[in-house]
Amino acid sequence: MANSKAAKTDVQTHKQVSVAEFFEKNRHLLGFNNPAKSLLTSVKEAVDNSLDACEENGILPSITIQLSEIKAGRFKMIVEDNGPGIPKKHLLSAFGKLLYGSKFQTNGGKQGRGQQGIGISSVILYGQLTTGKPAVLISKTKKDDQAHMYVMHIDVKKNEPEIVSDEPFDWSDKPCGIRVAVEMEAKYVEHKQSVLEYIKQTAIVNPHAEITYISPSGDRLDFPRVTDKLPVKSRLIKPHPKGVELGVFKRMLKATSARTIKSFFTKEFDKVGGGTANEIITIANSSIEDGNKTLPEAKRLKLIDGKFSPKYITPDQVEALLLGMQNAKVSRPSLDCLSPIGGGLLRKSLESEFDLDFVHTITRSATVYRGNPFQIEVGIGYGGELDVDGAIKLIRFANKVPLLYQEGACALTQSIKKNNWKPYGLSQSSGSFPTGPAVIVIHMASVWVPFTSESKEAVSGYPEITKEVKLAIQECARSLQRFIGRKRRSEIEAKKREIFKAYSKEVAQAVTSLNEADAYKLTKDQIEKKSLDTLKKLNKIAESMYSTGADIEALEETVEVLEEQEEKAAKQEVEEKQLESEREEEEELMEEEK
Amino acid sequence: MAELTKKEIVKRLHDLGVDLKKNVDDLKDPHITIPLRTLANAYFDKKDRMIKLGERTQTRTFFNVGQSKKFMQTALVASQIKQLLEQDKPAISTRQLYYILKHSIEGTKENTFDDQATESDPVIEDVEVTINALREQLGLEATPSGVISGPLKYEDLKTDDIIDCSKMGSAGAAIPPNTEPHVVKFKECKADFILVVEKFAVWNLLNQSKFWKKHNCILMTGKGQAARSDRRLVSRLAKEYKIPVYVFADNDAYGYYIYSVYKQGSINLAFFSEKAACPDAKFIGLKTGDIKKFDIAKSNWIKLEGHDLKRLKEISKYEWFQSKEWQAELQAMKDFGYKVESDALVSKSIEFMADTYLPRVIKEKNWLD
Repeated sequence: MANSKAAKTDVQTHKQVSVAEFFEKNRHLLGFNNPAKSLLTSVKEAVDNSLDACEENGILPSITIQLSEIKAGRFKMIVEDNGPGIPKKHLLSAFGKLLYGSKFQTNGGKQGRGQQGIGISSVILYGQLTTGKPAVLISKTKKDDQAHMYVMHIDVKKNEPEIVSDEPFDWSDKPCGIRVAVEMEAKYVEHKQSVLEYIKQTAIVNPHAEITYISPSGDRLDFPRVTDKLPVKSRLIKPHPKGVELGVFKRMLKATSARTIKSFFTKEFDKVGGGTANEIITIANSSIEDGNKTLPEAKRLKLIDGKFSPKYITPDQVEALLLGMQNAKVSRPSLDCLSPIGGGLLRKSLESEFDLDFVHTITRSATVYRGNPFQIEVGIGYGGELDVDGAIKLIRFANKVPLLYQEGACALTQSIKKNNWKPYGLSQSSGSFPTGPAVIVIHMASVWVPFTSESKEAVSGYPEITKEVKLAIQECARSLQRFIGRKRRSEIEAKKREIFKAYSKEVAQAVTSLNEADAYKLTKDQIEKKSLDTLKKLNKIAESMYSTGADIEALEETVEVLEEQEEKAAKQEVEEKQLESEREEEEELMEEEK
Repeated sequence: MAELTKKEIVKRLHDLGVDLKKNVDDLKDPHITIPLRTLANAYFDKKDRMIKLGERTQTRTFFNVGQSKKFMQTALVASQIKQLLEQDKPAISTRQLYYILKHSIEGTKENTFDDQATESDPVIEDVEVTINALREQLGLEATPSGVISGPLKYEDLKTDDIIDCSKMGSAGAAIPPNTEPHVVKFKECKADFILVVEKFAVWNLLNQSKFWKKHNCILMTGKGQAARSDRRLVSRLAKEYKIPVYVFADNDAYGYYIYSVYKQGSINLAFFSEKAACPDAKFIGLKTGDIKKFDIAKSNWIKLEGHDLKRLKEISKYEWFQSKEWQAELQAMKDFGYKVESDALVSKSIEFMADTYLPRVIKEKNWLD
């Protein structure tokens, strides 16, 4: 007995250590690398959860995010939504997937934000470990129901969340929703990878959401709803044989309720019927036979029969089956399971977030990489108040979640850099971002976004994906080029008019004076009067000149000439001002001397 | 070029105005045809042994954004010159013309002209070639820099003064800005030759040692690259009195080029060569071979630098440097790798240049043609 008690304590201690330790060891993978990123990750988890929940339940999301600084290095995050709320009996399961995000999912997939998450429970754990305080949750599920306020914490001994207290809460003005409040060690920053930037980008890609942000300094920012139309619901689909990897396949074999291997294939996979299942098994068997030829009889593998139980498939047979899955003829997966933003809405979002002169968006048709359906959307905005001299702004999204880190490692970024932008009217030194007043949005929607690492901030460069991105970028760029071309042309035309107009009077008078005998006898006014007819005719010639379009090269030349002249005029103005101020200084000095 | 009357020049300018007015009346883009003043349109006339302007022209139009401003400037310069000529006003400098024409253009932040050297001066030269008259005839004068002394008397028709260049003391006589016959009327010239020196310091030394009296010559300097009136004066004296011209310039690519401008004219002013060139002028400065011959101390040699070699290469390609003698000299200088300034001759002795070097070179005809 003593022994078994000691063993039990050991297990408990071990468990207790392991949760805290596991978190400490893996916080960089979970998005809690440092206080600044931890705050961002926490907001992201809460907001992504809210958006997903609203979308599932056909509710137009209204989300409020409030950050306040409790004391130096400690912040309180409150995220409130108008989602369906969570009934008490589901509270634990909703928060129960501790450190077990849906990234470990096995049974097929569905486009969702949660795929990138690590679970709100991690946020609660992080807050608890850094401040010792529990999280506070308010939930209301129906209009006439009583709202509850729960105080929750993670029991590190049991490795499970626990409701510490449950009190009724007066939320009568709200039909339903959830409010999460967590205190945590954090740092507030306002740069590229910040909470504010995340919220801005989230607003762009969720035009149906209304988001309010109250910053630690109390500033309130509203991101209004751009559309009342809910996005198309994404659909859960079974995995496609070509998209399944070894580990997942093994887990599926273990978990399935199918009694035979053949029914396992037809039941658990998308687009697999009896014929296809047979083909997979046949290919697997012929590869086993090939392998057997080089082996002594005793070591030869057994061929697979479709009637075998999935539970008794040997590791060698598993590999053979995977080969069969890769090589069998399977129709491409269902593509209607995705939920893109849509070109029109993306355009509206861009226009509402940025002040732009031009926007072009494109949603490519859904297609497949390694058995996974995916869809690429690209939007490009130009002009307005965007920075003219700096690099363009790139905003990346995966399943409507902004990707703020690891820009360089991302295939979406690489596609922008590899594209040659010069012919499209943006300047670029090869292999880097183009420069100019442009913003580019790239969204990848997929049941399974292939991230380069567990931190889920960069998309891998599968050839099918980069090809789609490239085509989308180029279509947007072509449209941008037409816009820039028209803009430049009209700018040049306007400048030309200006120039001719300015010089015409001088030319008319000089020509008149040259044409007059004894021009010196005329007063300035007389010459001006006499030159009016010539001036009128010059203007007439000018008008006929504008209508004949000059070729691009000539226009470029013109622009150079104009820019030179402008530069010269600007320089002169500066010099004159300098001289003037010097003169003034001198005068002041002289007066002082007096 | 026959002597132009003022009336004829005014008529040519008026004709330009009539043409332009007609363009406009026909609702056509007004244009001016201007002979090109570039290297590509300058050629070496072997018979007359001088640089002349070719036949190529450029068309300057108003409704071409790249040319618009220049067209306006050309019209302004032409009309101003015409008005000045019509009024019989005193000649003005190109800088003064620039000031007369510079004003802000109504409705813009721009000026008609912002710079004399790069804007108004080139346009003036364009008008000269277009009207086929020299600026001296157009009532414009460049700032002269030349100084002269020697047995020469002339009448300045602008002031009716008689100038005796043999009585001008150590300063010498300043060469007037306009040396055209209608200003400078030669009265008497007893000189046997004209000695043109590149540098004022050398001219000063020779003038003080009364070189021109001893050798009965005219001694002048254009102080480096000679102004138009300096060149015109030397050319007129050489032609009208049929006396040889000797150019004493530095032993380097720049000295050689200064000599060639006196002799054959320049590319930019190719249209002026017939009036200002002296095709028979000889180079009597130090040649590379003379450095050893006259035993110039090595401490006085100057190593050729990149820009010297570059200029050397350039002039060796000019058509008027193609004679065997010149090509040999340019090659010798390049091989030798050093140059020597005329002033360095003083290191032998103060009198060496006047008493030994120059008389000996002229006597031995040890010059380059």
